[in-house]
Amino acid sequence: MLPDLPGEELVAQLRTMLRIRRFEEALIRLAADHDIGHFHVYVGQEATGVPALALLGDGDVAYTTHRNHGHLIARGVSPAGMVAEILGKATGINRGKGGTLHLASAAHGFPTTSSSVGGPLPIAVGSAFAFQELGLDRVSVALFGDGALEEGAWHESINIAAMRKAPIIFLCENNSLEALGQKANEYPSSTLAAVRLTDLVDPFGVPAVPIDGTDTRAVHEAMAEAVQRARTGGGPSFIEARTVRWPGNRPLWPQLLTGETDVTFAWDPSGIPAEHERWWSQQDGLLRFLRELLDAGHVTREQAIAIDTEARDEMAAAVTFALESPYPEAEEAFEHVFA
Amino acid sequence: MSTLRYIDAIRTALDIELRRDPSVVALGEDVTYGGPFGATKGLADTYGTRIKDTPISEATVMGLTVGAALSGLRPVMEVMYIDFITLAMDQLVNHGAKLRYMTDGLLQVPMVIRAQGGARGSMGAHHSQSLEAWFAHVPGLTVVAPSTPADAQGLLQSAIRSDDPVLYLEHRGLYWQKGEVPDGDDAALVPIGRAIVRRAGSDVTIASWSHMMGAALAAADQLAADGIEAEVIDLRSLLPLDLDALLGSVGRTGRLVIAHEAVTQGGLGAEIAAQVQERAWAELAAPIARVGAPFVPPPFAPELERAFVPDVDAIVAAARRVLDTPSRAARPSPQSVEA
Repeated sequence: MLPDLPGEELVAQLRTMLRIRRFEEALIRLAADHDIGHFHVYVGQEATGVPALALLGDGDVAYTTHRNHGHLIARGVSPAGMVAEILGKATGINRGKGGTLHLASAAHGFPTTSSSVGGPLPIAVGSAFAFQELGLDRVSVALFGDGALEEGAWHESINIAAMRKAPIIFLCENNSLEALGQKANEYPSSTLAAVRLTDLVDPFGVPAVPIDGTDTRAVHEAMAEAVQRARTGGGPSFIEARTVRWPGNRPLWPQLLTGETDVTFAWDPSGIPAEHERWWSQQDGLLRFLRELLDAGHVTREQAIAIDTEARDEMAAAVTFALESPYPEAEEAFEHVFA
Repeated sequence: MSTLRYIDAIRTALDIELRRDPSVVALGEDVTYGGPFGATKGLADTYGTRIKDTPISEATVMGLTVGAALSGLRPVMEVMYIDFITLAMDQLVNHGAKLRYMTDGLLQVPMVIRAQGGARGSMGAHHSQSLEAWFAHVPGLTVVAPSTPADAQGLLQSAIRSDDPVLYLEHRGLYWQKGEVPDGDDAALVPIGRAIVRRAGSDVTIASWSHMMGAALAAADQLAADGIEAEVIDLRSLLPLDLDALLGSVGRTGRLVIAHEAVTQGGLGAEIAAQVQERAWAELAAPIARVGAPFVPPPFAPELERAFVPDVDAIVAAARRVLDTPSRAARPSPQSVEA
């Protein structure tokens, strides 16, 4: 279902989701011809990150993981600067010092991307701690996958956050579901003994909700409640947003196994290839959101195509910008180690 | 001037910086009670909740310290024993040390980690190590190890005012030693990266730091009884290293002994020796000697611990060894041997 928001805000969220989707698809195509290292794409999780991060304000921070591209775009970071960073160019948002695994833009509330699993959790607690100490009405968000719950830092972080009633939101994007129809609250993992992820939260007294990460209304409401709780001294929250893993993310390296997204699938299922029928018609949160917007009359098919075309054009231009950008001078490798 | 014990000088430095700068906070296990040896005793009476006890969660408290430093505080974290920093390496080495660099200088991480170590009092292998070489190997960290009360205060004040993460290494064998410390908020400040000559001499240079400085000075006294004048340099800042001061001394003496309590193998003495011989080969009259602990974990029994910690005799013997090496000018060249 759709969040209870004005139509133009919902359409803006659609635009952001499509920009993320086209960014990732462009990146996968780019990787075929350029060595850009090990990267991870956010395809299939847009309906979680976009409505969730839309609830943050200036001064709020979010710490993210290796699956970070969508998060940064959702908070307004320039895709051109991101592609350039991923290609190691001087015009990259970190002048080539970070790459895909360490994309950062403090100005957009992303101080760093940590690529050690569980790594962002303690630092996010630290920002929440500082906001409390400094008397700031700000929220810190830790974005992480289900795998981070296998790390010891998770246990330490939620304990400290709970003890201090820190203004932090633990947004766990559980993208490990491979099929709908599993029994409610079951987490089939061969590497975690807990059956329900929220069981790992309950002893700490932190409110924890599992939600469907493709249901934008559920995401919006859970996150709005968590932000409100954090801002009003109510302490931390835990949200488990479940999504089915995009088939293209199942190999070690992302591949366009499903082909590129076709927005007309939202209203014309006849074009959907049989091999990935379930993905396009049931599991992709972006298409679900688009169908709901069409049904509610917030957007027309023509408008959706136009928004999508703009997103494709923007990402094509971003790739061109990045490819044409110069590499940093070798001397820059020696800068900014120390103050 | 005031006469202070080393541990009181640490507390005085914290007191001054907490008073000067409201963004300074001190945190760690049991710090409101003073920590295991009393370094922070009484600070909570003055600074209230700015002195914070933490759970026994080194990894997350380290990360919290990083996050707090990113978000407007200048946190000083106490790691109760340096040995326990192993639990926090991801947050310190992968995050704290690298965030400035990975963001091309957009972020800074003004934090201090206080940790005490050294083999004293039969505390065994988990409470006695000297691990400075690990951290002097990490680009982005600053490492200091004071040997006197004046430096304990001055270097800690400088560390807290630094915009980089500083590892401040205390030796509990020094805690009760007294010394003169200049009075006032700024009078005791010691610049990071500056060594100091504690004793002038012309025959051999002995370079050391932290608790081993006492043995180095005692060794110089013994050597002086035999007419050998040793110059004793307290490096006190291990990263960055004051190589100029060291090269200046070696230029005067032509001979160098490096003494530290850490195990010799892979110790910082190896790095210092390499840097000196790379730059001052022509001035060196003899091979550089290293004095350090044998390559075993710190033992428990007092007799064994005494055998583990390098002593005055070991430094004297090393100095005599390099002095007994004929200067290269006096040695036959390989060509003349062949002839």
